[in-house]
Amino acid sequence: MLSRRDTNARAMGLREVFETAGAEVVDPPLLQPAETLLDLYGEDVRGRAYITSDALRGEQMLRPDFTVPVVQMHMAHGAEPARYTYAGEVFRRQEDNPDRPSEYVQVGYEVFDRENPAAAEAEVFALISNMLAHAKLRAATGDIGILVAAVAGLKTTDERKAALTRHIWRPRKFRQLLDRYSGKTPTPVTRKDLLADADPLRRAVPLIGKRTLGEIGERITALHNDAAAPPISSGEIELLEALLGIRETVPFALEQLRDVAVDLPAIAPAVDRLADRADAMVERGVDVDRLDFEASYGRTSLEYYDGFVFGFYAERRPDLPPVASGGRYDALTRRLGNGQEIPAVGGVIRPGLLLELEHAQ
Amino acid sequence: MTLKLGVPSKGRLMEKTFDWFAARGITLTRTGSDREYAGAVEGIEGVALVLLSAGEIPRELAAGRLHMGVTGTDLVHERLPIWEHQVEEVEAMGFGHADLVIAVPNAWVDVDTLGDLDSVAAQFRAHHGHRLRIATKYHRLVREALRDAGVADYALVDSQGATEGTVANETAEAIADITSSGETLRANHLKILSDGLILRSEATLWRSRKAEWGRAEDASLATILKRLG
Repeated sequence: MLSRRDTNARAMGLREVFETAGAEVVDPPLLQPAETLLDLYGEDVRGRAYITSDALRGEQMLRPDFTVPVVQMHMAHGAEPARYTYAGEVFRRQEDNPDRPSEYVQVGYEVFDRENPAAAEAEVFALISNMLAHAKLRAATGDIGILVAAVAGLKTTDERKAALTRHIWRPRKFRQLLDRYSGKTPTPVTRKDLLADADPLRRAVPLIGKRTLGEIGERITALHNDAAAPPISSGEIELLEALLGIRETVPFALEQLRDVAVDLPAIAPAVDRLADRADAMVERGVDVDRLDFEASYGRTSLEYYDGFVFGFYAERRPDLPPVASGGRYDALTRRLGNGQEIPAVGGVIRPGLLLELEHAQ
Repeated sequence: MTLKLGVPSKGRLMEKTFDWFAARGITLTRTGSDREYAGAVEGIEGVALVLLSAGEIPRELAAGRLHMGVTGTDLVHERLPIWEHQVEEVEAMGFGHADLVIAVPNAWVDVDTLGDLDSVAAQFRAHHGHRLRIATKYHRLVREALRDAGVADYALVDSQGATEGTVANETAEAIADITSSGETLRANHLKILSDGLILRSEATLWRSRKAEWGRAEDASLATILKRLG
């Protein structure tokens, strides 16, 4: 059995590597204001984090990750560009997986750099990849930015695109919306009745609660507009499905994405980003020809990744979560920054899992 | 050793449980004064009655301090995240029926499904700057149901009682609560979403998988099961 001291020693060793790469050591508090995290991640995080409270400060959360406090710290008083590293415990409730630890150590590396996003992504990935090379892990990569661009490029209403974008991280719901918008699932009877009613608002009595009559009316208008909009064409659905199904090594994935981009030109800039990243990775010695790319990778993570995503997995231990994971989270900095934004990419290693694998070898 | 049987200590749930066991030849009685929570079992050997709050019975079963217990499906599913591993359903008892449902104001004529609720949650957040609030005491069940349905941009707010009033009081926009006839919902101008049924609950006899089952407890269990038919 590995002791906490072994894990902490391994964590310090990993953090030193990040320091040598130019990162400043930071040490955010264990207790974080729950409101910020709940507002950011939604109610799901409540099911996965430990929340406690006191009469003065209100609800506090035992940090479920370091990303949010590091971003807040950087946006409050960081110089640019900046690189940070940290090592310490994070806490996750494991109601669905009682065998997984609810407290474990993460060592992380976060890069805030506006100049060259592809280079920053390659830097984070290559650094972590080198640190894990001896453990013979399988790397998975993806790019949420390509999916976002694909949705934005669909020939349909802005409202439908907004709904699809909002649910990129919920694949099943995304699929249901696509089926609805393409006419594959019929309009429910109650919706038809609503749309057939010349004055549905007369039934909106008594009006209780904070949602106003104006908001109800606005949504009914939106539903009429949606009903009048033509379905998303089967051709576009096929393109999107081809895109979501891509699972290849990076060079072949790029080829297939370029094919999709011929008919869905909106994704071209995002595909160029992937190509730039691949070039930057080659410069850093990553064997891109054997690196996997999955277009749907990263869609079910709790985190707020909206571009490049990656994870490192022990293939002989499919029961284990990823030993390392990370990605780009520009949208998160936008939300935390009240309009300000700083392009950010980072990743974490779990030294406890790494040690477990090293001992088994 | 004795088999410990946990039964709700108050009200209709207790009375109905007593009646249910009596009909099967097992007499449960409260002993001592009306205020004292002590009980006795007649008609069967080696069984001790433990009277406690229905809400605490799931926890006691999971901890193995009760061998068997009577409580609602809703409480077991809400309080025990891996309940299949912790308890086993012996028999649904046919009373204490209640449905856990999601309800919204009647006036929301544009909302009939969880899909509608999700769209409204996005719209509400954009207008009001905070998430659409759903008042409930069944946090885990509601959160799981909404996750399965792909509802986002909501927040649960805790409500331990008078939940139906929270919308009119503007401390929540929607509710998730237990209802048997739906009358209280209607009286508070709320309607149940057409796919808003999260769980059908009824009083149920449970067996703990975590308690110590010796020869004596096994024998008592076998006798009880025989009486149940």
